[in-house]
Amino acid sequence: MTHVLDPGAPAAAVPPRREPPAPYRDVTRSDAAFRAFLHGLPGVDQVGAEARTAVLATRSIKTTAKAWAIDTAISMIDLTTLEGADTPGKVRSLAAKARRPDPTDPTCPPVAAVCVYGDLAGVAREALSGTGINVAAVATAFPSGRASRAVKLADVRDAVANGADEIDMVIDRGAFLAGRHRDVYDEIVAVREACGDAHLKVILETGELVTLDNVRRASWLAMLAGGDFIKTSTGKISPAATLPVCLVMMEAVRDFRAATGRQVGVKPAGGIRTTKDAIRHLVLVNEVAGPDWLTPDWFRIGASSLLNDLLLQRQKLHTGHYSGPDHVSVD
Amino acid sequence: MSDRLAVRKTYKLYLNGAFPRSESGRTYEVTDARGGFLANAAQASRKDARDAVVAARAAFGTWSGATAYNRGQVLYRVAEVMEGRHAQFCEEVAAGEGLSSSRARAAVDAAIDRWVWYAGWTDKLGAVLGGANPVAGAYFDFSLPEPTGVVAVLAPQRSSLLGLVSVLAPVLAGGNTAVVVTSRARPLPAVTLGEVLATSDLPGGVVNLLTGDAGELGPWLAEHDDVDAVDLAGAPADRAMELERLAAGSIKRVVRPPAEEPDWSADPGLGRLTPFLETKTVWHPMGL
Repeated sequence: MTHVLDPGAPAAAVPPRREPPAPYRDVTRSDAAFRAFLHGLPGVDQVGAEARTAVLATRSIKTTAKAWAIDTAISMIDLTTLEGADTPGKVRSLAAKARRPDPTDPTCPPVAAVCVYGDLAGVAREALSGTGINVAAVATAFPSGRASRAVKLADVRDAVANGADEIDMVIDRGAFLAGRHRDVYDEIVAVREACGDAHLKVILETGELVTLDNVRRASWLAMLAGGDFIKTSTGKISPAATLPVCLVMMEAVRDFRAATGRQVGVKPAGGIRTTKDAIRHLVLVNEVAGPDWLTPDWFRIGASSLLNDLLLQRQKLHTGHYSGPDHVSVD
Repeated sequence: MSDRLAVRKTYKLYLNGAFPRSESGRTYEVTDARGGFLANAAQASRKDARDAVVAARAAFGTWSGATAYNRGQVLYRVAEVMEGRHAQFCEEVAAGEGLSSSRARAAVDAAIDRWVWYAGWTDKLGAVLGGANPVAGAYFDFSLPEPTGVVAVLAPQRSSLLGLVSVLAPVLAGGNTAVVVTSRARPLPAVTLGEVLATSDLPGGVVNLLTGDAGELGPWLAEHDDVDAVDLAGAPADRAMELERLAAGSIKRVVRPPAEEPDWSADPGLGRLTPFLETKTVWHPMGL
């Protein structure tokens, strides 16, 4: 197959074959073996998952614990703008907000990263240089992922060249649902190679995967292929990040570390808008995967409007009275 | 003699167009003037007040953006639905305030008439309170009243329907949205008014009715940064000063409570409309 991006390239470039980590060396040998492995994973009890998250959601987090949770959640945010109408100016103002989320309070921590489309990664890079805040870029024909592999890889290289520290890729949901697991795997491996030193987050788009069993399978597939993070959603599809989905993904990273020794991060994105939602996710992380994941290195929240709600709650804790949207910036 | 089981009522709040229980789960007993049990009412907490402010803020754009004519129509529709509940209001006012049935009927009549009166004001405020200003310069200069925003209303404690309507309707007529803490001892007419509002084209969140204690909720609302004005009509007499001081932190409009609860049947004039209106003045250059 030739492609328009690089007509001189060899017709059938041999895709890099990377072995999954021990003890799963053999599972990607054939489609049949891969399918047998993924479908051999324990089934998810959906009713049980919903009941478990509902119970955890009733935890009451107050006073000092709440203050800690709010600051932790702020430091875990991937502050995101993924609109067709994004401009360099919008990205710069978002970067300013990322550095000092609450300009009236220097004790407020900065966020973890700013997440933009690949063509604006350079703008974000420049605005965030020297701050320690990462630049994340979505790539691989985000959000649908419907493009040829060559285009997707060019998209990734472009974003990395623009200065992205983290790449958020989408998997080919069509291939996954059709059972072509090795195609999905090979694509993640290829993107992993194209990322170079950049961290790779693999977006499963759980809203299109239909069942929690599929979420578990896709999580394992992405981790075997070398993803540094597994991420729930693009934010363009509803439902996005729900607690049961997050529960299944946290179990997957916990089990994967137990089996292989490699730790993978989790990033719920989309639909987390209130402090209460964010704290429920933190409780879930602590209870399911454990406190090892309770740092911005291993848990991120993809959000835009959430940050303002966290800041309002933070101001309430500090001043003792309710604050209002006039006291935080409009994105 | 009926052998039906009594249907004992536990009323809820009216918040964002829905009828939720108090977030705190608290309720309290409402009694008639002689101490007999009437119903249970939800006892709102500070978090209900917070949710109510969020709902009122969200509804402000729609309500203040509606044309004055449309607001008048919606408010008139509220009066129509109140008329349909006339008998129920009479019963609740009589029981709660200990009035004879004829005096209760007079109070309910006056409340509905008051509502109609304020409904008529929506599209006349601009002409009466605004207008062109003669200025010494080449400008067409005019002023017009605009709604203040989210108004927290502590409703009168004694007059449970006429008093409530007299403080709530002017807030709405100007285009504001409201968070109302009802009379604590006599909340039932307010609960019924909530059912009226829910079925009369008023967008959800424009009025939020919290049954509970003005002394408990008042400080949270007075201090809330996203509330633009407070009407202290039903504030505990000894705490009005404290509430006013809290409101000063975010420079709210404050309507002070009268020393004693007034006779609400008197002609209201514009005194309760103007505190919740801001005057915008436009200087439009004219060609020479």
